[in-house]
Amino acid sequence: MFAALKKKETYQHYFKTLRYTLHVLTHPLDGFWDLTHEKRGSLAAANTIVILTVLAKLMTLQYTSFLFLHVYWPGINIFLYIASILFPLALWSIGNWALTTLFDGKGRLKQVYMATAYALTPMPLIQFPLIILSNVVTAQEGAFYKVFNSISYAWVVVLIIAAMMQIHEYSLSKAVFFCIATVFAIAVMIFLLLLFFNQINQVISYVVSIVKEILFRL
Amino acid sequence: MKRKRVLRLFAVLIAVMTSLMIPMTVSADLGYSYNYDWWEDIQYSPDPYEVVGVYSFEDFGLDVNFKSPDSLYIIDNTLYIVDTGNNRILEVVREENGALTLARVIDHVVGVTPSTFNTPMDVCVDVDGYIYITDKGNNRILKVTKNLRVVQTFTKPTDNTFDQSLAFLPEKIVVDEVGRVYCIAENVNKGLIKYESNGEFKGFTGASQVTYDWIDYLWKKLSTKAQRAAMESFVPTEYDNIAMDDEGFIYACTTNVKASTLRDGSAKPIRRLNLMGSDILIRNGNTRVIGDVQWESGAGYSDYSLITDVCPLDEGVYVALDKNRGHIFAYDNQGNMLYAFGGPGGNLDGHFEKPCSIDNMGHDLFVLDPTYNSITVFTPTEYGRLMFDAIRQYNQGDYITSGETWEKVLAMNGNCDLAYIGIGRSLLRQKKYKEAMEYFELKFDDDNYSKAFKQYRKQWVEEHIALIIVVLIVLIVIPLAIGKVKKIKHEIDIADIFRI
Repeated sequence: MFAALKKKETYQHYFKTLRYTLHVLTHPLDGFWDLTHEKRGSLAAANTIVILTVLAKLMTLQYTSFLFLHVYWPGINIFLYIASILFPLALWSIGNWALTTLFDGKGRLKQVYMATAYALTPMPLIQFPLIILSNVVTAQEGAFYKVFNSISYAWVVVLIIAAMMQIHEYSLSKAVFFCIATVFAIAVMIFLLLLFFNQINQVISYVVSIVKEILFRL
Repeated sequence: MKRKRVLRLFAVLIAVMTSLMIPMTVSADLGYSYNYDWWEDIQYSPDPYEVVGVYSFEDFGLDVNFKSPDSLYIIDNTLYIVDTGNNRILEVVREENGALTLARVIDHVVGVTPSTFNTPMDVCVDVDGYIYITDKGNNRILKVTKNLRVVQTFTKPTDNTFDQSLAFLPEKIVVDEVGRVYCIAENVNKGLIKYESNGEFKGFTGASQVTYDWIDYLWKKLSTKAQRAAMESFVPTEYDNIAMDDEGFIYACTTNVKASTLRDGSAKPIRRLNLMGSDILIRNGNTRVIGDVQWESGAGYSDYSLITDVCPLDEGVYVALDKNRGHIFAYDNQGNMLYAFGGPGGNLDGHFEKPCSIDNMGHDLFVLDPTYNSITVFTPTEYGRLMFDAIRQYNQGDYITSGETWEKVLAMNGNCDLAYIGIGRSLLRQKKYKEAMEYFELKFDDDNYSKAFKQYRKQWVEEHIALIIVVLIVLIVIPLAIGKVKKIKHEIDIADIFRI
């Protein structure tokens, strides 16, 4: 694996697949089809986009003008904040994959993750310039900021739906339906996880108390 | 050598002792005075007011204790205490040295029958010196001279707009400069009853709009007539108290509020009514003008504030009294909370059980607590005085001095948001935009920050115009040049003459 890192082609492939995301942005339908079917994307590029998105969100927190974002620093835990981006992404990929496999979805887990990550591209692409913009406008001109901010989110949603259509070979309505269904799947997963950890907690405390009791009696 | 060491040890000891003593004296009153920051977190502050005296009936040389006294009224240096349960009104004069002495007890008037009062609720004095008394049990408002001779009686309006089946039970009263009388009466929810100076009934003013939520409305639509009759009906709120400021506007307050409407901001427990009766109170402050915004509960108190009386001071500052939590809140003319102080537990000076009335003599505040039958007198501390000064200086257009005063306030209380904004506004007027921006940013003042930033940005662009043009040229010309070079290269590559 490390041998590959020494080859020049590895990097060429990486940058080619990363640059491909700009094509996907403007040609979502073609782009997402080729992304998986023509192998024009890579997991490394997908990870890079996710990392950039996290970075963009963190930088937004710190550097956005207070006119648009008031951060209650005592309430921020940086690891929880990062997890609040990565965890839903992981749940989305798993939930979507688990659901679509049952309903003729052609995409595999890796492809779902890759496509979703590529669909996140507008986030770093718009959020980074927005940080600069936020610091040169007044509250009255804040409409520009808000519009671009909304565009970045709307664009991501459109891209995700397009991605679902292409990688699972769904129609538009079916893709939208399964996007919504995935949200419910995520809710169920969170519920199960909470239940699981709660039960584990109970079991551990039960065992601990029994062991304590035995040690006490000995 | 040894002696020097002993001296040094002694000096260290003294330093340690003083450092231990200073926080002790400061923290003695922690929690008594506070304000809310941008996040609506409580930030404790130095005391803006201190208690100079607590007076009970004995201090006035009376034999009979107060019995559910309901109102305080102050004009110049005369204080009227309406001792409702004993059917009497006490006229108390504040001497030059601050002592309160009883001038007379008003328990009857001349020229009308019955000549005694039955549950008098409020007193007001107009510019000509006539005293107005709401005699609730006798269904009348009396206008009397200084010598208690009745000159006019306001009775139940005979107009159709007044429900004739109801008794006329006047409670609180204010009189404006030309002698128009505004009064609150029990069972009347159409607003304030208004009389012309000649006693003519002029209708109602300042009624609040009926508020209800959609769930209640739907529920009511679905229920039967009998069920509906048993339910609470949607009626406008009744006011609890009124007071007139120096501009002739009436401050009114109501305790008829709900937690839900206080939370969503639609409840307006404090109002400032103009002549048309519409609410013109400015609510640009950081917190809603509802008293406490954090409703933590403690021993004997919980839930939201019930604003039972409001008292306008000068410079647009007004003070509200909270019956439920025993707090006193001061707001400026923009609706920013200046400070809050007081607290429940009436057996401590400056704490109240269920206070009912507040009025001011200059900047001194008098609070009546009927549970303890006591009158507490507050006077501003240096901190409170400085805040008043800063506000007055700003209102007078003396921005530089105002900024300096706010600096002093800030030195006493680093958590005072208004001080930061005050200094910022002063810097803004002095065209020190960069510094002003820093102060506004610290306290999240969007509007003022934007004002300062707009000027700063303009200045910056004007100063760096050459640099901006160079950068723009570089950004536009270089890509163009690269494109051109590439094109030429390409043409050379495909040109026939270079083909071999």
